[in-house]
Amino acid sequence: MVELVVRMAQAGTLESADCLVTVVPAEEFRLDYRGVNRKLFGERTRKLVMETLERTGFSGMQVTIQDQGALELVIRARLETALRRAVGEV
Amino acid sequence: MRGMRSMLYIPGNAPGMIQNAAVFGADMVMIDLEDAVALSEKDAARDITAGFLRHYDFGDLPVVVRINGADTPFFEEDLEAIVPLKPFAIRLPKCQDPSDVLLADSRMTEIEKRHGMSGGLVPIHAMLESARGIENAYAIATASSRVTALTLGGQDLTADMGIQKTRDGWELFYARSRVVMAAKAAGIAAFDTVWTDFNDPEGLFREARQIVELGFTGKAAIHPSQVDVIHRAFRPDEKEVRKAERIVAAAAEAERQGRGVVAVDGKMVDAPIIVRARHLISLAGLYGMEGGEAQ
Amino acid sequence: MNFVKNALGRLVPVGVDGVGAFSPYEGAFARVLKGAPWPAAYPVRKPEPPSRSKVAPSLKTAIERSGLENGMTISFHHHLRNGDKVIPLVLETLLQMGFRDLTFAPSSIPDSHDCVADYVRKGLIRRIWTSGARGEVGRMISRGEMEETVIIRSHGGRARAIEEGSIVIDVAFLAAPACDALGNSAGCSGKSACGSLGYAITDARFARHVIAVTDNLVEYPLHPHISVPQHLVNQVVVVDSLGDPAKIASGAARITRNPLDLKVAENAYRLLAASGILAPGCSFQVGAGGASLAVAAFVRDHLKEKGIQGGFGLGGISGYMAQMLEEGLFRALFDVQSFDSAVTGSMVKNRAHMEIDPSWYANPMNQGCLVHNLDVVILAALEVDTDFNVNVMTGNDGVLRGASGGHSDTAAGAKMAIVVAPSFRGGVPTIKDRVQTLVTPGETVDAIVTERGICINPNRADLWEAAKKANLPLKEITDLKKEVERFTGVPEPVEMDMDRVVAVVEYRDGTLIDSIYRVKE
Repeated sequence: MVELVVRMAQAGTLESADCLVTVVPAEEFRLDYRGVNRKLFGERTRKLVMETLERTGFSGMQVTIQDQGALELVIRARLETALRRAVGEV
Repeated sequence: MRGMRSMLYIPGNAPGMIQNAAVFGADMVMIDLEDAVALSEKDAARDITAGFLRHYDFGDLPVVVRINGADTPFFEEDLEAIVPLKPFAIRLPKCQDPSDVLLADSRMTEIEKRHGMSGGLVPIHAMLESARGIENAYAIATASSRVTALTLGGQDLTADMGIQKTRDGWELFYARSRVVMAAKAAGIAAFDTVWTDFNDPEGLFREARQIVELGFTGKAAIHPSQVDVIHRAFRPDEKEVRKAERIVAAAAEAERQGRGVVAVDGKMVDAPIIVRARHLISLAGLYGMEGGEAQ
Repeated sequence: MNFVKNALGRLVPVGVDGVGAFSPYEGAFARVLKGAPWPAAYPVRKPEPPSRSKVAPSLKTAIERSGLENGMTISFHHHLRNGDKVIPLVLETLLQMGFRDLTFAPSSIPDSHDCVADYVRKGLIRRIWTSGARGEVGRMISRGEMEETVIIRSHGGRARAIEEGSIVIDVAFLAAPACDALGNSAGCSGKSACGSLGYAITDARFARHVIAVTDNLVEYPLHPHISVPQHLVNQVVVVDSLGDPAKIASGAARITRNPLDLKVAENAYRLLAASGILAPGCSFQVGAGGASLAVAAFVRDHLKEKGIQGGFGLGGISGYMAQMLEEGLFRALFDVQSFDSAVTGSMVKNRAHMEIDPSWYANPMNQGCLVHNLDVVILAALEVDTDFNVNVMTGNDGVLRGASGGHSDTAAGAKMAIVVAPSFRGGVPTIKDRVQTLVTPGETVDAIVTERGICINPNRADLWEAAKKANLPLKEITDLKKEVERFTGVPEPVEMDMDRVVAVVEYRDGTLIDSIYRVKE
């Protein structure tokens, strides 16, 4: 049987219209949403992160998003990639 | 008629480009998970592309997705992620012989079944990029009913043949002719390869005119600035369009009078000529050429 | 503060403490058409006795002699752009000399001068009257750090305000790339050459005291071109350097290669072509870069192809326009501000490249400013709304990051004012229900052109007809807004402190068109 472990992972870039998502396993959920749209899409981003974590079965995660003006669907996709990358074999 | 003259290639890991793909007037768009994406980013590109297909409304713009070949570890996951989202087609790279198509076909069928998909199978655009692929063009084109287009991969083909792609493109003449012939024989579309020098729109126009004359359905564009150039190359001649209108009118007239023979300008006009005339009028419609109408 | 609603439904103060009463905006040409006599007020100035040299031994001495006192108003021009060293030099000197509570009233504040915020904090500057504010200065104002309300004016509006005495400049510090001992000044020669010295001219005419600051004292008399004549100048100060030449006269602005900007520009050009306005004798103004400048490239090809000669180019002149003059595509250029190094040469070589002052350019209350006979202007925008109003002052976060400039002046005057902008930027739609800060009223904007479609102002049925006939990608502005929101989403409204007005936006005629509020942390 393969043993899996969750560790820190990253996805995305700092290019315009993209975002850099970093996930780190933690005791609880925490979101650090930085970037130009912090105030404009703060609520929405929080919702999408929580919904994605729930859907993918992660609970304790510290999520950092450096947003360079990405669409919501892009943030979601980058988060999904980061979460998948976070899971690896021991 | 929905045009298929230009296919704008967009790297799958570039959200900034995908979000604007629809703006440049290309008839179709191809999001690339293969050569335009670094090995370490294949998963990211897949997620971004799936995200756009799922959440972004491309309207009536056909979106093709080029997946990674069966000889890579990404093939299965690409199909798994993209097929359920019903792209306009899957571009299958490096097709060497019919078995490559059949392999993809069976994978796709299995995925479609599992997702309860109905209402038409996702088509395949088979990319021929090697000597073997070119030689097997007709067999590949007819390997499965999913195959709705053949595409020429000029870069990889010339590499495979150990030759240079030149500005004139003479070295690709046979390959192009074979691809078009096989596509026509199979009743499917044919797309030509990329023109890499986007500082040479003149060269692109010349090559595009050449492949229009050979009978290609459309051509790849790797930069938005290439789209208009390609469309210019496809623009039918004004006089030809007028003649086509006369032919179609004559055919309709003959039909009405119950005559089997159609004559235009004192010459007999066969059925294939009439078909071609109709096609020309549809194409003219894309350019708003007076009298031309979309069918 | 007491407020009143203006004709656009915006709440504006009835007066600003320490400045005076203001009337609310009534319409783009309401005040002009009222026809009430408009007084120009030349200030009382002491005569200068005959001399052969006005060169002061130092900047400090010149300031001492100028009669400047605490609470007075100082001005500068912004022709040295981001290469300017004069503003920081003068402000630092004034601080060292113990001055306080000055009104800082430059024609605009170069982006590079974050230091102005420090001078406010140190008590040197108490009021700011400017065309724009960005960077730290913009943030400082938006945070509410200044006690006194900032007044934003357009270029034409500032000229009007100066001429009527609403702005009384006590001392104007005018950087002069070329200057002689009696104060004759020009901008198109010298190591710090900047091209047109337009803004300096109005200040020099109406300031109580004028100090020319130069790094290039030439043998008397300065010739062949004099922008500010000696009879307007009180003193001359010589310094080592006016600024960084590389940043004053940056390389000639190139046409953008960004495919999205080019698409926007192409759509704007197609609208111009369909309208028929690109006829012999047409006049034209574009911005310094991006999609706005790219339109010039399309127009140039059009003029060349059809063998049309335009009447004049106006601006804000960049090297590209100078090149068009060279090619005979314009008969003349009117230059109130030069954008790059290529222009300096053109002004010297070509007599048809003429320098103008901002009153000539855009003061709506004189006997005929240039923008009033302009055919086409292509303008940028931070955001627009479904009434075609334009915001060029505050960003999506509500913070000051732009300038009024000639935007509202040219939009009002031009026969065809086209705003070009991407339909969304940084994931945020450009079209809103209501702009945060209203600078240019929708009644003066004929079309908003994006990469995804062209929106024609309903008050231009004729333009809509022409565009429809030419099969242009027309869209209702409300439809385009919804189309974009479908994939960007609708941003949450920015929280503004509606109890705290940090700046007012004065329309070119002196009425108030909008208020700028403090941004909540």
